[in-house]
Amino acid sequence: MDRRRFLQGLTVAGCSAAAHPLLSTVTMAQGAGLGENRLIVVILRGGMDGLDVVQPVGDPDFVALRPDLAHSTFSLENRFALHPALGGLQGLWTAGQLGFVHATSTPYRDKRSHFDGQSLLEAGTGMDVAIGSQRDGWLNRMLQAVPGLSAETAYAVGREALPLLEGQGPARNWTPEVNLVLSAQSHLLLDHIYHDDALFREAGEEAMTLSAELSGQPRRDTVQAAPEKGPFNPGENRPWKDIDTLVDFAAGRLAGATRIAAFSLSGWDTHRGQEGAIKTPLSRLQRIILRLQAQVGAQVWGRTTLVAMTEFGRTARQNGSSGTDHGTGGVMVLAGGALRGGKVYGQWPGLSEAALYDRRDLMPTSDVRAWAAWAMRGLYGLDRQVLETAVFPGLDMGDDPALIL
Amino acid sequence: MIDTPTLAAIRFGYGLPQPYPAAGAESLLAALAAPDNMAAQHPTVGFAELLPLLARAADARKMIRADPTQRDTYEAVAKEAVLLADSTTRTGFARAIDAPDGFRERLTAFWADHFITKARNAPERPLPNTLTHDAVRPHLTGRFEDMLIAATLHPAMLSYLDQVASVGPNSPFGQKRGRGLNENLGREVIELHSLGVGGHYAQSDVRQMALLLTGLDANARDGFVFHQNRAEPGAETVLGTSYPGEGLAPIKAALRDLARHPDTAHHIARKLATHFVADNPDPALVTTMTTAYAASEGDLMAVYAAMLQHPAAWVPQLQKARQPVDFLLAALRALGLSGDDLRKMRRGPFNRMIMQPMALMGQDWQKPSGPDGWAEEAEHWITPQGLGARIAWAMEVPGRLVVPMPEPPDFLRTALGTAADEPLIWAAARAESIREGVGLVLASPSFNRR
Repeated sequence: MDRRRFLQGLTVAGCSAAAHPLLSTVTMAQGAGLGENRLIVVILRGGMDGLDVVQPVGDPDFVALRPDLAHSTFSLENRFALHPALGGLQGLWTAGQLGFVHATSTPYRDKRSHFDGQSLLEAGTGMDVAIGSQRDGWLNRMLQAVPGLSAETAYAVGREALPLLEGQGPARNWTPEVNLVLSAQSHLLLDHIYHDDALFREAGEEAMTLSAELSGQPRRDTVQAAPEKGPFNPGENRPWKDIDTLVDFAAGRLAGATRIAAFSLSGWDTHRGQEGAIKTPLSRLQRIILRLQAQVGAQVWGRTTLVAMTEFGRTARQNGSSGTDHGTGGVMVLAGGALRGGKVYGQWPGLSEAALYDRRDLMPTSDVRAWAAWAMRGLYGLDRQVLETAVFPGLDMGDDPALIL
Repeated sequence: MIDTPTLAAIRFGYGLPQPYPAAGAESLLAALAAPDNMAAQHPTVGFAELLPLLARAADARKMIRADPTQRDTYEAVAKEAVLLADSTTRTGFARAIDAPDGFRERLTAFWADHFITKARNAPERPLPNTLTHDAVRPHLTGRFEDMLIAATLHPAMLSYLDQVASVGPNSPFGQKRGRGLNENLGREVIELHSLGVGGHYAQSDVRQMALLLTGLDANARDGFVFHQNRAEPGAETVLGTSYPGEGLAPIKAALRDLARHPDTAHHIARKLATHFVADNPDPALVTTMTTAYAASEGDLMAVYAAMLQHPAAWVPQLQKARQPVDFLLAALRALGLSGDDLRKMRRGPFNRMIMQPMALMGQDWQKPSGPDGWAEEAEHWITPQGLGARIAWAMEVPGRLVVPMPEPPDFLRTALGTAADEPLIWAAARAESIREGVGLVLASPSFNRR
């Protein structure tokens, strides 16, 4: 479906109604081919240190590599323990609604640049495609493969542009903080001046349509003023105002017609003093998961899978300043009621010097795209062939890990 | 049809009104070569002036460590620092609004973004602006290598990219304390500041560069310092060249070589062309600029001249989107505010009317998500949420800044001159109110592109 044509259709309806149309989101989405399952993708920007988040405490080489980083006693399974800052997720783990993939990465190798790494992660391509040349993101290409979707189906939430959802498939970008109130005449005149500039026309129409739809809608739950300053206990379910605002907005849409949402979370570039520095982004990631679970309600949560992925992991050894530098293999975080969780997926390569990638990084034993592809196949029944060619060109998904219940 | 002086003001400056009617390539270059009047009119401070405040903050932190209830002194110093950051930021904005030659201010913003840094805590908040003052502005029309050296050795950079935590593992200090290397600055100096990620280098060059940079440090007492006892002993080899010796000399020599590398010439040329002319600039323009860079060993005036004298820099189509900060400054300039008006604004209204809307438009001032600075692509900025925030600002805020509001047709001429297109001229005359008419002009593609 052509996103531009879809949005033009909306505007025509808006003009003929001579006022802002309140789009019937439910009606539009019932024709959607995605069914009831929800997928939330979180891009973790900055390179999350998977070895600190899901610590291989049972690996004989682990402690010596990282003498100054805190070692967790929050045992997951076999050799792994969870970072205490995610301690609030214990209930989800026990309930089988939290899982991880270890020693995984995108196909990006060697230069360890955040920006190229993120570009590749969102484009979903391999190293055979020039970085930055792929204009659309893999999540959007997945939408293009499903017939009958409306723009209500997928949302990119937040202030930042998110290449992951960009492309021809129907998707929307919004941040709940923009409050745009326009007279009918201004709306018409803006349509007029944006008409000949495709970029402004599309963004403007979507902004005006969304504002109109959302105006007057009650918040599901008022965001409470949150203490974002001061120390907090490990694992504490601490509110973060910006995150709560975004998650509440996304949860409201997901409880309705929206099936896919995406946003990004930065703060993972822990080059020094990692023990302190990683607590905040972990607390924020935990908050996203717990707040989402609370806000969508039990029924929707039961049909939800959250997938959090990062551009690369970090060095196996701590560096000279009790932090870690840019690496390769890392961790993917999975959560949700639709997930077969309570498990650390992936093949563990070990941490001996010879087992490391380039003798410095955790060796990736799987492609992060394969897990995302299996999640999408499990949630939406997409053909393997579509996933391996259109969504992730050139990917070999390998065996079915049965991620989704 | 847009005329050359208007195009010059919009593409290479902060827009209209532009007092020099004859502006084109030669007058832009002449103004750049003339004395820096804006620096004199709106003075600011550098790291040296900030240092005593950083020292007081360090003392205050010590007091808290001794007695956790003693937070008042620290809070007071932190507040002072935040106010200083705010005032130095406004100084930069005031120059952009008042400058007859907006090109110098736009170049300052470009290089400040190239060497972007971020404060780690409240007392450090003025640091990024001091780097701009100390390392960018003085070398704006000089050689890139001098700017690269000044920026790399600046305390703001040493702190932001963790050089202050990096120690030669085999240095006396490293051996005694068990401390070692942090690759962050070594990597970004090559990947972001010089060769570019497409350049010809490997992980081993990153590591060697990081080893070479050991010894560089900054603290709240002395500012910049070099500790020979933290420097990795022996020579490092970066991109095939060995840098032996002690002190700053080998570090500066390596930075000079990085600056003169052919990949750097291409990276800088392409980045300038992308920023000023088009998201995908004409390869001929980039080649001309690269050649000028290489031939002059990175004389920035020669590179700017190569850009401005190339016909591709003057295609009339406005292909770029103004970044939120540029959009807001151009709007304030068009609305007739002066730099002094902006500097005198109380903090509450300044934050509510300028800084918070800028963040909603996608640019949280001096808080980029990474050391690669702000995005260039129009698609990054003109998103539903980003454009929605611009429309909301255009409709709501100007009426609170200027009384009385200008008549929309007059404002259209002042703000856009010959850059206004037919649909906008038609629409501006049909707005239901002056407020909405002015809002339409500011929300238009013509005003948001450059």
